[in-house]
Amino acid sequence: MKVGESVRRPDAPPKVRGTFVYSSDLRAEGMLWGATVRSPHPHARIRSIDASEARAMPGVHAVLTHEDVPGKKVYGLEIADQPVLAFEFVRYWGEAVAVVAADHPEQARRAAGKVRVDYEVLPPVTRAEDGKVLRHVKIRHGDQSARADVVVKGEYEIGMQDQAPLGPESGLAIPDGEGGVDLHIATQWLHVDQQQLAGILGLPKEKVRLTMAGIGGAFGAREDLSMQAHACLLALKTGRPVKISYSRPESFVGHVHRHPGTLSYEHGANRDGTLVYVRARILLDGGAYASSSTAVIANATCFACGPYRVPNATIDGIVVYSNNPPCGAMRGFGSVQNCYAHEAQMDKLATALGMDPVELRIKNALETGDRAITGQAIDGPVPVAELLRRVRSFPLPLGEEGEGEGRELFLPGGVSNTTHGEGVKRGVGYAAGFKNIGYSEGFDDYSTARVRLFVHHGKPRVEVHTAAAEVGQGVALVQAQVAGSELGVTDVVVLNADTRVGSAGSSSASRQTYITGGAVKAASEAVCRRVLDLAESELHPGSELRIENDSIVDAGGKPMVSLATLLGDAVIEETREFRPRKTHHLDPDTGQSDAHMQFAFAAHRAVVDVDTELGLVKVVELATAQDVGKAINPLAVQGQLEGGAAQGLGLAVMEEIQVKDGVIKNASFTDYLLPTILDMPPVKMDILELGDPNSPYGLKGVGEPPTISSGPAIVAAIRAATGRAIDRVPVRPQDLTL
Amino acid sequence: MEFLQPSTWAEALDMKAAHPETTPIAGGTDVMVELNLDHGRPASIMDLTRIKDLTEWGTDDGLLRIGAGVTYTRLIEELGDRLPGLAMASRTVGSPQIRNRGTVGGNLGTSSPAGDAHPPLLAADAQVEVHSKAGVRRIPVREFFTGPKKNAMLKDELIAAFLVAPAPGPQQFSKVGTRNAMVIAVCSFALELDPAHRRVGTGIGSAGPTPLRAVQAEEFIQGELEWENRRPPSDAAMGRFGELVAAAAKPIDDVRGSAAYRRHALAVMARRCLQWCWT
Repeated sequence: MKVGESVRRPDAPPKVRGTFVYSSDLRAEGMLWGATVRSPHPHARIRSIDASEARAMPGVHAVLTHEDVPGKKVYGLEIADQPVLAFEFVRYWGEAVAVVAADHPEQARRAAGKVRVDYEVLPPVTRAEDGKVLRHVKIRHGDQSARADVVVKGEYEIGMQDQAPLGPESGLAIPDGEGGVDLHIATQWLHVDQQQLAGILGLPKEKVRLTMAGIGGAFGAREDLSMQAHACLLALKTGRPVKISYSRPESFVGHVHRHPGTLSYEHGANRDGTLVYVRARILLDGGAYASSSTAVIANATCFACGPYRVPNATIDGIVVYSNNPPCGAMRGFGSVQNCYAHEAQMDKLATALGMDPVELRIKNALETGDRAITGQAIDGPVPVAELLRRVRSFPLPLGEEGEGEGRELFLPGGVSNTTHGEGVKRGVGYAAGFKNIGYSEGFDDYSTARVRLFVHHGKPRVEVHTAAAEVGQGVALVQAQVAGSELGVTDVVVLNADTRVGSAGSSSASRQTYITGGAVKAASEAVCRRVLDLAESELHPGSELRIENDSIVDAGGKPMVSLATLLGDAVIEETREFRPRKTHHLDPDTGQSDAHMQFAFAAHRAVVDVDTELGLVKVVELATAQDVGKAINPLAVQGQLEGGAAQGLGLAVMEEIQVKDGVIKNASFTDYLLPTILDMPPVKMDILELGDPNSPYGLKGVGEPPTISSGPAIVAAIRAATGRAIDRVPVRPQDLTL
Repeated sequence: MEFLQPSTWAEALDMKAAHPETTPIAGGTDVMVELNLDHGRPASIMDLTRIKDLTEWGTDDGLLRIGAGVTYTRLIEELGDRLPGLAMASRTVGSPQIRNRGTVGGNLGTSSPAGDAHPPLLAADAQVEVHSKAGVRRIPVREFFTGPKKNAMLKDELIAAFLVAPAPGPQQFSKVGTRNAMVIAVCSFALELDPAHRRVGTGIGSAGPTPLRAVQAEEFIQGELEWENRRPPSDAAMGRFGELVAAAAKPIDDVRGSAAYRRHALAVMARRCLQWCWT
């Protein structure tokens, strides 16, 4: 298994066959089930909680409230403001107030229903305009009073998207009988969970051990704690293993969502199409608790103008608290919302100038050495113009796909027989986007890898151990490929992630291949050095040695000795931390700074058919070009490009959590619609490997860019098909017809 | 929760008489969703899947008599030629897995205004055959739905079958949803033409407290259509037909769509279905 080879996921067949063990399938002897009492109000004062009736119910072993939290009563990724269990106030609909453990899940749910919470209902803040400011990021770049020949303005609204991982939040906490606890959990960052849990439980970190459990997707939804603390509290209280597994409706209130927002933009350009300035105000609703809102708004602001040269920028990014569902991390992390706005603006500007929209983008495309609106000079390959040219050069799809039987499946409305061609118009749209890879703003980002080489059944084996969360993105295989390449050993085993090894950081920000890949590379190189030192001391070769195919070979590739023979009983183990280059805080007044570690770029072209009378949309084709620096596992890269585009399509045309007066109205997959195979078209892709000089193997983070520009390209195509100025996503049938 | 599992129809009727509040379950595609969403906990559930009679269909005095337990998949495969409108509607139900389990009997039992089978059954003037220990009733489907998720059945009755004539002419069904498959109707429309009797039947789904019929639209277009020479109806007549269908709906604003959009879409679907049926 080498870097650059397409490798199939070993967990794919068991997942298809239904034998894969997800976190929700975990069991233990004597296990209890947890259930959560949740607030029916978006805002209320808690006068009292009476759990006496619930405690007396059959099968119930514990009912816990905030009074039973031994340590810190609040937690949070950036700001500790979210109660483990609500005290004094509830601030969003569905907030956890109490937890119950019982022999059977139904007993637990029934007992949860009998916990009497006396609420004094308070008026909720449900409009972002009325919310308290959580963070205001300012960018003041260049001339603040710049003027331009041609000016276009727009205001855009983005709905609240859900990560909708197919595996709901679940895990199993097992008390160790000595005051500590082992938590088996599907999460994105084991060590940040551990740190937060130790604080909440009032335990030293060594007594809170986490092991990664089988995960059904993440997409940002598993950055924050959900049921982790509740399960641990119940397990420690009862002395029994406790499992909590959310239902789908509960999952909708059990994790944060993508921020909804209102984005007001003004673009100014010269008559030749050169951008002069961008002024924008981005208002995101962070909901009841901070989660990662402060970082999301920084991204939304830093990348507000898209991958274009903007000499003068005035951007105000504001995220507020409200009594709406809390929002936080989701694939694209602030760069999704603004892409809808800046790309709509670029199309508007092209129309105003009488220019081709792709040519306008190419004319203003960022290039290597250009400064972003944060003043940071962007180094490494910046192929924005090239990506746009490539998506444009894919041949356009033919008219309606196929003929006769089954043809209606490819028309808007799909199986629903809404049109036989009547009212159908085709449109083509383009979009480009970019974002940061890895953590920004001075965060001390690193990952730890332990690599061990030894002889197993007469053959050399490499064991790789990190805490990198495999969330479906393929980081386990990446680790095997890196170690296999660096050590020339065929038998590479990647151990399940847990907290017995140092932190790997989060499976977020498209960073794991870069940072944990880098750590595994560094540890493997250290092991390799020791092996070669050993070989040199024993063989006294005339030339330099290396490891290839489980043997020590000389410079000419001639095998000198097998690794198994050389090693004998020796175990060579090295642990390394890998840090990418440093980033810096944004200047609070101007937002000018080298705040980001790496930038990734993608472009999309969308072709849609719209039934203009019914307002139904069929995305006929998506084409994308993305620079991935180096494809470590090309098959996995393709999967990311397709899956990311599907998630972008979802926000463009159907995925929205509908919140009214602070209450989610569609908390199930009956009415929160995800794209099906009939909604998601094939993706044509052009994967560029231009090599970043700063990163391991030249790679770039891959997972998020596909989610950024895919949706805006689809909306541009819908505009082209209908002639309507669409300023809100997801686009609803009524927006295209009434 | 009590779990009743009759193995014969007579036993099922006895049990229903003894436990009038029991919730019958066949494919489970409605009942299990309600349970999973925690929308109430039935005191008891009666599993009807052991009763073979319910899964059979045949003819009865010129009508097709289709057991309440016949799945959507079988309807499409075995009866699609005789009931094209119902088959079109069946194809829009859920996913293949859901269609392998779900039944029209269950759809009728739930009586959701969004039930996909209801509009074509209304358009075709079908009957619902309900049984109890006291006997058998055949209720015209046009009188069956009495309110949101309410119907004309008595507490001790179970749905045995539905009866419908083989299509006397062209039938169409069209459904708007906000994705291209596996979606609950925002609104839907079914149309049947009976050239021999110069009759038009309609059914509206998901645009009112119950599935509805557009009676005025039917009467209007029956008079407008030139049944003899098959000339296409005028644009004005088509437009009026659409308006009358939209006017017959009683939609609300909800998470799936607005009332205004539902009326708009019904008018479009009505015109298109008429066009497809007539030409």
